[in-house]
Amino acid sequence: MAGALVAVDLFPRGIAQYLAGGLLVGLGAAIIYFGTGIIAGASTFLESTLSYVSDVSRFNRGKYVRSRDWRVVFTVGIVAGAAVYTLVSGSGAWTTDVQWWRLLGGGVLVGVGTRVGKGCTSGHGVCGVGSLSNASLVNVVTFLGVAIGTAQLVQAVGVSP
Amino acid sequence: MSREDEVTDGSERSPWVLAVVLLGGLVFGFGLALSEMAKPEVVLDFLQLEDLGLVFVMGGAAIVSGLSFFVATRYLDRAPVTGTRYSRRLKDLDRNVVGGGAVFGVGWGISGICPGAAYASLGIGNLPILWGVAGMVLGAYTQGYWRSRD
Repeated sequence: MAGALVAVDLFPRGIAQYLAGGLLVGLGAAIIYFGTGIIAGASTFLESTLSYVSDVSRFNRGKYVRSRDWRVVFTVGIVAGAAVYTLVSGSGAWTTDVQWWRLLGGGVLVGVGTRVGKGCTSGHGVCGVGSLSNASLVNVVTFLGVAIGTAQLVQAVGVSP
Repeated sequence: MSREDEVTDGSERSPWVLAVVLLGGLVFGFGLALSEMAKPEVVLDFLQLEDLGLVFVMGGAAIVSGLSFFVATRYLDRAPVTGTRYSRRLKDLDRNVVGGGAVFGVGWGISGICPGAAYASLGIGNLPILWGVAGMVLGAYTQGYWRSRD
């Protein structure tokens, strides 16, 4: 009984959709990996795509120019896959209430941090952790801890949503 | 030869690679939408420790990818579409991994968005996420410009 109460407390929306969604995220990465050997991450797209329009040397490194096409396709696939879910589930379009300056300002830091840190939630969090990579485990512990602290702070100063 | 230069023969650009990546991306994005990680509010609830469900998203995905890496590197040789030898995702652990992770953490904590989830968020019709995508591109450009100066 007490255990059930704790579970409701920690997981007020249940866990089914979280687990099913996570398994599909892993399956998507696995399809790409088994087929091509490519270990996909979502954040390199932010740099490799800039090589189409920018002369900045970092964006035009060989590994970015070689991979930029499939990274665009991967991103288009993610957008389209989410759109398919919205259509199939009949949930309708959904819009966030989080304020624009949080999305923009936080987004800038996400862009800097994921590229300097060599990966994001998918590259380090899913593929790197799945590889038992020390760099990824350290990165994930760092960004999780800092993000929890930051979100608590933002909430404590009364910013919502 | 460094690990990241494994694929060097242009095979990353073949139509078959793009087809497999599209299929994988579709499943990946469908999963992100189903998991609700495409909603910044759900991510912020997790970071505020009010709903820990996201542990199952990242955990479930990491278990599937971990099993894939284990099976492929142990029992298989090369990927059929590219001929690339299977490997794990191993990067050098240096100060950038920690510093970058910390900066990413601040950004994630402020906004509740990360790159893959932001792309998926656009797919569920969340147009305001374009503020976040614009910010991520700006941030990626800024660090790339800065790091290319010398």
